Amino acid sequence: MSVPTASGVRVRRMRPWTPWAFLAPYLLLFAVFMALPIGFGFWTSLHEWDINVPAKPFVGLSNYADLFDPSSVDGPRFWTAMKATGIFTVFSVPLLIVLPLLVALLMNGRFRGRNLYRAVYFAPYVLGVAVVGLLWRFLLDGNIGLVNHYLGLDVQWTTDLPGAWVALIGVTVWWTLGLNSVIFLAGLQDIPRELYEAAMVDGAGAWHRFRAITLPGLRPVTLFVVNATILASANMFGQSYLITVGAPADQTKTAIYLIAETGLRQFDMGTASAMSFVLAAFLMAASGLVFGAFRNRRTAGDTA
Amino acid sequence: MRTELRGLRRSLLHLILAVIAALYLSPLVYMAVTSLKTREGAGSTTPEWIPRPATLDAYREILGSTDFPVVTWFVNSVAAATGHAVLVLVTAAPAAYALARLDFRGRRAAFAVIVATLFVPPVVLLVPNFLIVNELAWVDSLPAVIVPAAAGAFGVFFLRQFFTTLPGELEEAAELDGCNRWQTFARVVLPLAKPALVTLFVLSFLSNWNDFLWPLFVLLSPESLTLPAGLGNFQGANSIRYDLLMAGAMIASIPVLLLYLVAQRWIIEGISRSGLKG
Repeated sequence: MSVPTASGVRVRRMRPWTPWAFLAPYLLLFAVFMALPIGFGFWTSLHEWDINVPAKPFVGLSNYADLFDPSSVDGPRFWTAMKATGIFTVFSVPLLIVLPLLVALLMNGRFRGRNLYRAVYFAPYVLGVAVVGLLWRFLLDGNIGLVNHYLGLDVQWTTDLPGAWVALIGVTVWWTLGLNSVIFLAGLQDIPRELYEAAMVDGAGAWHRFRAITLPGLRPVTLFVVNATILASANMFGQSYLITVGAPADQTKTAIYLIAETGLRQFDMGTASAMSFVLAAFLMAASGLVFGAFRNRRTAGDTA
Repeated sequence: MRTELRGLRRSLLHLILAVIAALYLSPLVYMAVTSLKTREGAGSTTPEWIPRPATLDAYREILGSTDFPVVTWFVNSVAAATGHAVLVLVTAAPAAYALARLDFRGRRAAFAVIVATLFVPPVVLLVPNFLIVNELAWVDSLPAVIVPAAAGAFGVFFLRQFFTTLPGELEEAAELDGCNRWQTFARVVLPLAKPALVTLFVLSFLSNWNDFLWPLFVLLSPESLTLPAGLGNFQGANSIRYDLLMAGAMIASIPVLLLYLVAQRWIIEGISRSGLKG
């Protein structure tokens, strides 16, 4: 079938199902492993669901109610884990924003070896958490680890608080600093040079240029990095699993760690699903707050 | 005076960056060094940066172990990461092309739904995907670690952005030459998209190679594990054999470090420009 175009050339019109044929393979995956599980997970959370037990009685919201009941088995466990996730997120995210921004500012210029530094700082991130966890479990060993040796300390980083938190956060900064740095660096390079040149002509100092040009120019990138880092930190699992194994007394066992154990090891899938929706609600609220904070600042800045 | 000051500042900058770089790499160097030590050397309380004597014993022991079949884990990891990356490309590329270039009813809605899932916290997928994978009888087998993650919206989102930047004239020319949409896509668009496809392949390979939580729970028997899951179990059983643990960590690191060496620029550009989250 052909239709004449404005230029008189005849271009074949595609069949109506052609675009859906292009989309079909992906949409199949999307339907089975993304759309279906979102609904199915919620359905599961309304049941007492054990993979090995045929009867899966509907229990309404009682899995959720249990989580908010201090006298239940799962409630206190869950909030201990949520507290661990909260502590880790609150202390790791600021470091994972400020330090990578500083590194990106140091690297934002044309000088020899810049790409080499960038590649070195990024290198730990390509290793994955299993290698990073094993390596730091060794370096943080209380008796033979390099960390205690070179710092002249005698801290049990893997079993004592607050040392365990310092260790988990420090390892995470080492592992992912390069990731946020390269994103900030890409953002810095998108800021037009003319803005800085104009500001220099106007006699603006370095700090003023940073406040007036760099920070506003980085706003979209910063919004993305803050949001992605909060979500990544709130999903911390491998570091805790490999380095502290949740010690001491499950205080560094994060929410996702508990959810995976509860659902995929003990097969209490109703409870685990309810936990994951409560955690997800917190995460979405956090994202909402971040987006709100960035939008308010912009309107405040515009009217000022 | 001014240039002198600038030179001084530049030297200071290099000094700071070099010190951070050395601190950054030293743990990795120590991992490599320890993997070449003897059992006693690795357990020594005084750090030795040169293994004396240097030995491949740890590698020999870990590669010869029957309880911890590292070679099988390695093969599984290569197969899973390759299979996953290929699956992402063959499903995401045509979908992204349709969303970027083909005009049809429901396009905006389809794209909006797919992108919206980028904001769904992945934790809610954990339990139901385990149940679905179990229903498909994939638990404890490689499809479980190859397929579900390919439903993520990242690949479609990433390629769609690239396709929208391609100039449309070449596709129009191909249509005028009598190509249908599939031929245009396969012969004109895909070759032009090679850099984006390579980047997506490498990023997908890396994320699958390094994935830890999911394979740890969905793969069960020793011979079906990937390297990260295997090493996680291995640590539990060998918490004091640091020579073996570091050799295992090296075996899991060497392939990705080589890939990084070759494709460093693509990996960094791809991640920094698309904002892949960790």
